Amino acid sequence: MKAFAALLDHLIYQPSRNGKLRLLADYFATTPDPDRGYGLAALTGTLDIPHAKPAMLRDLIMARVDPALFAYSYDYVGDLAETIALMWPSASENVEPAPRLGEIVAKLKATPKAAIPAVIAGWLDGLDATARWALLKVLTGGLRIGVSARLAKTALAQWGNLDIADIEELWHGHAPPYTEIFAWAEKRGPKPAAMAANTFRPFMLSHAIEDHEFAALEPAEFVAEWKWDGIRVQVAGSILGQARLFARSGDDISHTFPDVVGAARFDAVLDGELLVRGTGTNPASFGDLQQRLNRKTVTRKMLESYPAFVRVYDILFVEGEDLRALPWTERRKRLEAFMANVPPQFDLSPVVDFKTWDELTTIRASSRGAGMEGLMLKRRDAAYTGGRPKGPWFKWKRDPLTVDAVLMYAQRGHGKRSSFYSDYTFGVWSADDLVPIGKAYFGFTDAELKQIDSWVRNNTTERFGPVRAVAPGLVLEVAFDAAQKSSRHKSGIALRFPRVSRIRWDKPAAEADNLENVAKLVE
Amino acid sequence: MPSVPASNWIKVTSDGLHVVPGGFTIDPVRPVERAVITHGHGDHARGGNKTVLATAETLGIMRERFGPNSGTQTAAYDEPITVGDVRVTFVPAGHVLGSAQILLEYGGTRVVVSGDYKRRRDPTCPPFVVTPCDVFITEATFALPVFCHPDDHGEIGRLLQSLKLFPERTHLVGAYALGKAQRVIMLLRELGYDAPLYLHGAMLGLCEMYQRFGVDLGDLRLVSSTKPADLVGQIVLCPPGALADRWSRRMHEPVSAMASGWMRIRQRAKQRGVELPLVISDHADWNELLQTVREVKPGEVWITHGREEALAHALGTMGVPAKALSLVGYEDENDDDLTGATPPGTAA
Repeated sequence: MKAFAALLDHLIYQPSRNGKLRLLADYFATTPDPDRGYGLAALTGTLDIPHAKPAMLRDLIMARVDPALFAYSYDYVGDLAETIALMWPSASENVEPAPRLGEIVAKLKATPKAAIPAVIAGWLDGLDATARWALLKVLTGGLRIGVSARLAKTALAQWGNLDIADIEELWHGHAPPYTEIFAWAEKRGPKPAAMAANTFRPFMLSHAIEDHEFAALEPAEFVAEWKWDGIRVQVAGSILGQARLFARSGDDISHTFPDVVGAARFDAVLDGELLVRGTGTNPASFGDLQQRLNRKTVTRKMLESYPAFVRVYDILFVEGEDLRALPWTERRKRLEAFMANVPPQFDLSPVVDFKTWDELTTIRASSRGAGMEGLMLKRRDAAYTGGRPKGPWFKWKRDPLTVDAVLMYAQRGHGKRSSFYSDYTFGVWSADDLVPIGKAYFGFTDAELKQIDSWVRNNTTERFGPVRAVAPGLVLEVAFDAAQKSSRHKSGIALRFPRVSRIRWDKPAAEADNLENVAKLVE
Repeated sequence: MPSVPASNWIKVTSDGLHVVPGGFTIDPVRPVERAVITHGHGDHARGGNKTVLATAETLGIMRERFGPNSGTQTAAYDEPITVGDVRVTFVPAGHVLGSAQILLEYGGTRVVVSGDYKRRRDPTCPPFVVTPCDVFITEATFALPVFCHPDDHGEIGRLLQSLKLFPERTHLVGAYALGKAQRVIMLLRELGYDAPLYLHGAMLGLCEMYQRFGVDLGDLRLVSSTKPADLVGQIVLCPPGALADRWSRRMHEPVSAMASGWMRIRQRAKQRGVELPLVISDHADWNELLQTVREVKPGEVWITHGREEALAHALGTMGVPAKALSLVGYEDENDDDLTGATPPGTAA
């Protein structure tokens, strides 16, 4: 645990990407199996351990310190793992020696659920504050130390002089502690065995297109498709009923969507958009899909109220055949043939006909409807290449809507922003009152954040823990992709993807928008 | 004769802590007729007062910052002085050079205004002296159980270790110009680091003053009169605000370090872009605050600034009545010792 704690502690302060890669490489080089493999798993989010719930950790610390002091401390520090790590009373004697990461994983898997809190407490007693912090980060899942799964794999590739694409290809065929992969990276073993065809493959991603780029592009060489407003997924089908569903990050989200996974009894890997059924062929709003995301268990009611399906864009494998090197036109033919015979949890995303960019511009402008985010442009001759190659695919999102809203509440951020008021609740006028319509926490620069932070401190009317109510005086131009009806919000409206587009220091609060105007934007 | 309760003769005013029968204000935030100053930090010692009573070191620091001042009276440690009807005694606080707690005796009541203080050994100033009293007026800068300052030699050891690991990089250490900087220098010297140390211009005057008061800081040089190539692999001290300032661009691939108690909180360090946080504080940590109250054994505790609620709560559970004075103007809003404001009179 010590080596991994030191790694995390160094990573969190390391601002440069190259510096992080060096630290990771050094960890791989100096830490033995299986510890380094479990460390890699923790960094890539594949560590399969029963995750400790924040509530359980809270109980552990509450039993050891004054709850009021814990509350003051947590409010100040803003991070549960760090608060507990710093406050945990040092054990006086009879502490067990600090465990290795591999031992921790083994013990967690072997311990009955009811006994886990005591085991964790024993470890915390034996570790110093840094190692406690690292252990708690591992136990709760999200490390949030500025290292993505992709960066960790890149470090592994660089260190072992391997191709990152090779690692991504075989990644899902292996499990922690990845001893075969490490052996291969150290040239002690062969390239790990090829996997079954139907598993995760690196996604092909697009670049946003700029207006000036159209002039250089020939419309006839491109095909247009709707860009649906769900989450991009890959379906690895299985005729044996062992299908899996992957999010763009490569995370396996099968357990959250048993309805989709259960229906994927076919021998193919599909790329598409995960959506929830709306009326007719239209998908429901993203808000409905959100009801289904990030759930550990799915109730029958959920499945009935928010039935999920995948609108398919592409096909990567069929019956063991890798189609990715084929041009889009060829893959599309194979896809259309394949889609003729699939269950209703899958449908084909249609192609949008157009002759000129002007015509497509008109179509895009009229596309404001539920579940649509804009258009995708794909070269007809392009192969399916993992990563974000420049040129073959473009996304062309529709223009955002904006509203001038008044800042009502500001909340201290977490992590890097824990001393800044960085999360803003804004509202619009309804008669003489402000009604909150949403929250935004990005879209401004660091310099602007400092300005808003000091404005908030100088215009506070009430304080509720980390939240401050402010006098109506600061107008934020908020951009958003869509306004949707919502029964969960007092205003009756939910904004999709709101962000601060401008700070209107110049605009008096009384001249901000009112609720009626915003209601007109609902689709 | 029954003693006169402290609340009858010590008042919180917009100027600061006013001692009525003495006609003076302790650490006034605005100019007053008679000021009594605990120590030289800019939020406690300000210019413009008609008369000032402080230790010789504190008066020296104030002269360094505000220029020559008239109407000063020097207080020696442990020698009572009568001011108005109040007996005033300066007692070492262990915070920085010249820092003092102020013992006030009036009407049979003993009150100690601690100013800022710490309990750890500091090679640049005499240690805190426990002074029993009826009312103990304390700071609460680090009054949360998450604050537990580690051993300072260990922290400086990490700086030296980093210097060994990255001998091609300049190690830039942000430290308060008064107190912290000199303590860091002395700790480095104690650990055997006798190479020249390089200073930001704002540090020089106070370091020279420390040396005049007999604190031997060794070979100090100015960054501004050193070629950038000669700074490679050296340690440079600067005020916290200069770390992210254009000034630091002359350093070669600097490792930015910061010596502060706030470095205990990872995200605070990250926020500042600090790569090497050094948890070194001139304030008492949580356990030391509680330990101090247990040793001073006051009838009640008043809290000037910092995390008052947490300390008042903890003292309450120990059976010591405590209240927050809500004094304004002291550096209490989180990490002001990191906001980068260069103390007045020490501009580069």
